[in-house]
Amino acid sequence: MPTLRFTKDHEWVRQDGDTAVIGITDYAQQQLGDIVYVELPQPGTRVEAGKEAAVVESAKAASEVYAPVSGEVVAVNQLIADDPAKVNADPLGEGWFLTVKLDDPKALEALMDEAAYAAFVAEQG
Amino acid sequence: MDSSKSAELRRTPLHALHLARGAKMVPFAGYEMPVQYPTGIIAEHLHTRAKAGLFDVSHMGQVALHGVSGAALETLVPGDIAGLPEARMRYTLLLDADGGIIDDLMAIRFGGALHLVVNAATKDGDVAHLRARLGDAAVELLADRALLALQGPQAAAVLARLAPAITTMPFLSGARVEAAGMSLFVTRSGYTGEDGFEISVSAERAAELAERLLAEPEVLPIGLGARDTLRLEAGLCLYGHDIDRTTTPVAAGLAWTIAKRRRAEGGFPGAARLLKELTDPPPRRRVGIRPDGRAPAREGSAIVDPAGNLIGEVTSGGFAPSLNAPIAMGYIARPHSDPGTPLAVVVRDVARPARVSPMPFVPTRYYRG
Repeated sequence: MPTLRFTKDHEWVRQDGDTAVIGITDYAQQQLGDIVYVELPQPGTRVEAGKEAAVVESAKAASEVYAPVSGEVVAVNQLIADDPAKVNADPLGEGWFLTVKLDDPKALEALMDEAAYAAFVAEQG
Repeated sequence: MDSSKSAELRRTPLHALHLARGAKMVPFAGYEMPVQYPTGIIAEHLHTRAKAGLFDVSHMGQVALHGVSGAALETLVPGDIAGLPEARMRYTLLLDADGGIIDDLMAIRFGGALHLVVNAATKDGDVAHLRARLGDAAVELLADRALLALQGPQAAAVLARLAPAITTMPFLSGARVEAAGMSLFVTRSGYTGEDGFEISVSAERAAELAERLLAEPEVLPIGLGARDTLRLEAGLCLYGHDIDRTTTPVAAGLAWTIAKRRRAEGGFPGAARLLKELTDPPPRRRVGIRPDGRAPAREGSAIVDPAGNLIGEVTSGGFAPSLNAPIAMGYIARPHSDPGTPLAVVVRDVARPARVSPMPFVPTRYYRG
């Protein structure tokens, strides 16, 4: 069973062994509205926890997507680069952003689980 | 938005309607306004281009001028106002003494008097400016009127169900009509590039009129987000972004607002400078821009030539739903301003290839009879 964790910046990260898939949450896509452009890092580059990993642009504005964990980018989702609306339609599935090889396989332990994130979102009003 | 902040914002007569329809409300020009409904900006935009959209533009300033002749208003604007026929409307500009743009506005003559519709963010300043030059009693801001815009290819068919007489109204004309027991002042005008109407109605009947129009199957409520993408596709300026006191009508590509007679006679603010600019153009001008890729270039993005030299700046930019591509407008050095000229827009420190584009980006479909 892969571990699914969330950040206060509304990214999700799903660990499977020593790699993790990263995306933005349903709450994030709702807040952004129609997503019209996604800029993804190059495979082989590094992302650092808490630093910008990707950019997502809605009809109104550009926003950063922060890496929930540190590691080397091993894959990016070309599907959302070609059809950004996929992020709105299926943020936790087809709308994933990138996959990283984790520096620290225990890095997800510091992040919120699904129940904690649901409570955090509820507080956002 | 926290409650202390929203308490300072003004509300239009349609505020409750927006909330009831699930609008996302944002501060805009001192008002709490709907940026989008649950439909979303792209769907709202495409719906307006396909059918009809209803916009709350009650935040804009509706101004009645009392005892002001066309000649008197002409001392403040470069348009031909003295020659404006009864029930006809014209786009014009309030200019400062240097020919900078104080605001852009619509002027209409009706019942022998002049009326103006000015931008929300500038209306208090406009009124002060007009009063200082035309007299306090001559300028009345109509605070008890709401303004709705019904825009799109089916706007006329929808409005004709309430007021059949609007069908044959020419583009940029106005009429007083009775509809659904209300007295409305209707102009065939708008800010989307589509056929459509702006409807002035008393504040107390505005929600009733809006609900009546929204009950028609072709009509959806449209927020400010889609209003912005629609006007950008139509190549229309947004005051405070694409034009302001630092831009002249000539630099802004609005030299057509300087009427032929006014060019011969002068007598408008900044005339000496602007008449010179007509033959000796200013160094930068407003153009349309089409990025080659998908990344939107937003307001403030630098524009560079293919060698990387700074040649201008984006003043409005975003995603064009009708083109499924980014578009922008901005000011660039005149030698680079011909349509098709290659350049680049700098987004997140990366110069991204783009080209100068003619405007409008999407063909306008105003009613031509």
